[in-house]
Amino acid sequence: MSTEACVDPAALSDILSRYPAAEPSLIQVLQDVHRAYNYLPCDVLVKVAEALDVPLAKVFSVGTFYKAFSLVPQGRTIVRVCTGTACHIRGAGQLLEELERQLDIKAGETTKDMGFTIKTVNCVGACAMAPVVIVGEKYHGAAKPAKVGKMLGQGGGHEN
Amino acid sequence: MRIDSRAAYESFRDEAKAGLAARKKEVLVCCGTGCLANGSAGVAEAFGKELAARGLSVEVGTFTKKTGCHGFCERGPLVVVQPEGILYTQVKPRDVAEICDKTIANGEVIPRLLYKNPADKKKVERYGDVPFYKHQTRIAMRNIGKIDPTDLGDAIAHEAYAGLVRALTELTPEQVIKEVETAGLRGRGGAGFVTARKWKSCRAAHGDRKFVLCNGDEGDPGAFKDRSIMEGDPHSVLEGMVIGAFAVGAHEGFIYVRDEYPLAVVNLTIAMEQARKAGLLGTNILGTGFDFDLRISRGGGAFVCGESSALMRSIEGKVGEPRQKYVHATDKGLFDLPTVLNNVETWADVGAILHRGGAWFASLGTAKSKGTKAFSLVGKVKNTGLIELPMGMTLRQIVYDIGGGILGDRPFKAVQTGGPSGGCVPESLLDLPVDFEKLTEAGSMMGSGGMIVMDDRTCMVDVARYFLKFLSEESCGKCVPCREGLHQMLVMFDALVAGKGSPGDLERIEELAAGMQLGSLCELGKSAPNPVVSTLRYFRPEYEAHIHAQTCPAGMCRDLTAYEIVPEGCDGCHLCFKACPTEAITGEVKKTHLILQEKCISCGACYDVCPTQSIRFFPKHERTVA
Repeated sequence: MSTEACVDPAALSDILSRYPAAEPSLIQVLQDVHRAYNYLPCDVLVKVAEALDVPLAKVFSVGTFYKAFSLVPQGRTIVRVCTGTACHIRGAGQLLEELERQLDIKAGETTKDMGFTIKTVNCVGACAMAPVVIVGEKYHGAAKPAKVGKMLGQGGGHEN
Repeated sequence: MRIDSRAAYESFRDEAKAGLAARKKEVLVCCGTGCLANGSAGVAEAFGKELAARGLSVEVGTFTKKTGCHGFCERGPLVVVQPEGILYTQVKPRDVAEICDKTIANGEVIPRLLYKNPADKKKVERYGDVPFYKHQTRIAMRNIGKIDPTDLGDAIAHEAYAGLVRALTELTPEQVIKEVETAGLRGRGGAGFVTARKWKSCRAAHGDRKFVLCNGDEGDPGAFKDRSIMEGDPHSVLEGMVIGAFAVGAHEGFIYVRDEYPLAVVNLTIAMEQARKAGLLGTNILGTGFDFDLRISRGGGAFVCGESSALMRSIEGKVGEPRQKYVHATDKGLFDLPTVLNNVETWADVGAILHRGGAWFASLGTAKSKGTKAFSLVGKVKNTGLIELPMGMTLRQIVYDIGGGILGDRPFKAVQTGGPSGGCVPESLLDLPVDFEKLTEAGSMMGSGGMIVMDDRTCMVDVARYFLKFLSEESCGKCVPCREGLHQMLVMFDALVAGKGSPGDLERIEELAAGMQLGSLCELGKSAPNPVVSTLRYFRPEYEAHIHAQTCPAGMCRDLTAYEIVPEGCDGCHLCFKACPTEAITGEVKKTHLILQEKCISCGACYDVCPTQSIRFFPKHERTVA
């Protein structure tokens, strides 16, 4: 994969130095790797397996089991649509459709320019403001399909 | 400063209380996730600036505090001015100067920012008089919204760690367990297992190395009480866990926090650092020689990890698959060592029970369900947010007195409790007192406290299908009844909502449900059919309408529903035209509008915005496309 060229080995050794080199650290290490590289690059997983002395198959098993991890590169801004019960009955479905329409991708996919990835999440615990969309780090409560364009415009705000 | 004795704790607390009393005014700005999303960080910042500009912080002892969630998230950002307890809702940064000039400097109330009770249209001045708060009794959430969660001194001034001091300096571990037993405390994660019994077995288990865990993997969609407790009063969780560790003889623990709760991780981490520095966590706690330390384990976004054995596998760095339960976690849990796992809210209750006594806690609630319970009241209800009530209040009181009734005064249809493991309680059971037993009898369960209110525009078949889809994605796939059963059931429900069900489907669904309940490995699979079974029990005619008449009575299943404008009612306001995502509505302002059936995707956006209720829905098979 061409994307592997941008992987910075220093970031990995920094992450590994923060945790004991054993299996219980695996999920925490993968979370930090995901944050640093915005996905789990294959060659990094091989190094994690060696460093923690965990079979590579187990590393992949954990990497594919948990929703927080992705084995393919993610967009610069992640758009999370909450599909919890409260959001569902207050119209999360229509919101998701509108986002998919405007970005021309389906949930779980990334735009060609790597700008956005749409993800659905099973409740972010902000049910009182349903339906909720999180663009980057910014929470949008009582979101309406008509406001989707504006939300995407203000991309990676840093409130909360 | 290290608090190394009971006397040191008391003098620290008294000093903190005196500091609090010296503040003539206090401005509490809610900074829970809900209010932050509504812009409360900007409001808090504006208060800091405006107060400093007026020199108020020095002269009259005014203090701005960022607190955890007040619960009334829908009206956020919330601001409370103490000591009067004046509640302002939906405060914007531009309102701050006026609040400083009028309310803080002169004690004058600003009517525009007060909460208006929708029932009698009257403005409510005081926090405690708002119906949403008036009926509540807060124990687990005792300090949320009152304290700055990142300030240990503020927490201690509000009696945090008083229960721990009593447990460690006055009681033996057995006496601590006895107190929790007297309280009748049962697990707040949903199953309602007796906490003292769990602690006793773990205390009796062999081995020197034991663990105490906190389950903060609040996965039920529609529930967020644990998030608010971890964010708004992390010390209450730590206090409970240290007490629990002392009772069972553990020295290590983990708090397992959902990946979706970043602010909870931040606030818990700060609280742990402060507690360690103060000698309330770590080695030689309160100078008694007792050691206990904690780490945070972040989840990876898997619903099944809320299940106890899956959660422990996840902390071990493994895939979160549950295991058989013939050996209890209290004997072989985390790393196969004796382990006690309790929910966030349970831990938050423990400190209060040790501080005020088990008998006090047991005086609240019903015969078998003692104390209070936190719920998140959400869905189609006027006042949404977080509440805590004594067990035994009726659903009617919760939905109508606290929740203020249904949005738009539409008819009530059901309350969904217990998340994907729970069920829907219909209108005929509105007077049901809410406790562990009564909810189970009604075919639902307590779960982690989500209460999702549904109106007549909610299709119960769609709700059941929603949970099946959720669970089929979240099933770990280890056992066949859960993995394949959910998939097959979802296939049948997909047909139902598309009007392609056939006679005999309901019987097949019931048979499959019974098989899953019997044969699944863990509670996720065993309880997975509950939403289906409970909606079939109370709303069977709605299912039958989908099968026999290809009709969705609620008008929500798109394949079965069409919309049209009633010309007599349409005043040409043009709102539906703007709301339609597919340009299926034609018409000019002040003229009757028309829905083009061939373009309409039956999303219902026009129906929801129409101010004159002039859009009606009808079964799709009755429509004639021009």
